[in-house]
Amino acid sequence: MSVKLTTRQVGDVTVIDAAGRITLGEGSSVFRDSIRDLSAAGNKKILLNLGEVTYIDSSGIGELVSAFTTVTNHGGSLKLLNLTKRVQDLLQITKLFTVFEVHDDEATAIRSFA
Amino acid sequence: MADNDRGVTPSVDASLDSTLDSVDSAEELVLEIAGQAGVHEDDMHKIGMAVREAMVNAVVHGNRYNANKRVRLTVGVDSGRLTIRIADQGEGFDMSMLPDPLADENLLRQSGRGILLIRAFVDRFHVRRLEPSGTEVTLVKYLSQSA
Repeated sequence: MSVKLTTRQVGDVTVIDAAGRITLGEGSSVFRDSIRDLSAAGNKKILLNLGEVTYIDSSGIGELVSAFTTVTNHGGSLKLLNLTKRVQDLLQITKLFTVFEVHDDEATAIRSFA
Repeated sequence: MADNDRGVTPSVDASLDSTLDSVDSAEELVLEIAGQAGVHEDDMHKIGMAVREAMVNAVVHGNRYNANKRVRLTVGVDSGRLTIRIADQGEGFDMSMLPDPLADENLLRQSGRGILLIRAFVDRFHVRRLEPSGTEVTLVKYLSQSA
């Protein structure tokens, strides 16, 4: 299953619930298009919930980085929520924990945008 | 099945198309063998991911999706280790020329992390250039380290 993205609004924060795989091919392009559209539509506070993401490869990691730079370049901020142990490990290996702000509680994450 | 020239009895010796479907196929084939060899679930994920990254390199960067080029996958279990070889027919690359994905100036690059992940997820990783063209990568996971 490629990635499935569901978007919801919590105050002025756009929460994206991602589920499935973010890998080279369909999964990564769906992800890229969604982030680009949200940013272009003026959404500046984006919280990406990765709790139901079962698999991310290096292309998927690249998409996370691309999403981060896309949102940042539009004057917004993108934060991560509910990382699985495997995704945490990937961010450690790739040193991207130094780039992303990561939360494990949605309410706290939402407040952090204020 | 007969031993090959490096003393590893191959469980799989497959010639795969240069497509992303082959990436999935290779991952499934290797994980099937790893499962039969009793590899722990956490290590299964690491092996699968390392194979996936190596296959993407072979299909995308090596053979550049060329329908006339093949990717050869061999997998063997021997002497307490799982050995995976993936060979493309591309032009090859110089490892020393690859940007360091952990350097501060490269952290926000969209690509270039595949080999970093392979190195992190297997116990040994080796690259050699093939003649007249192509690249073969060897991934080794020691089974004794699977809890």
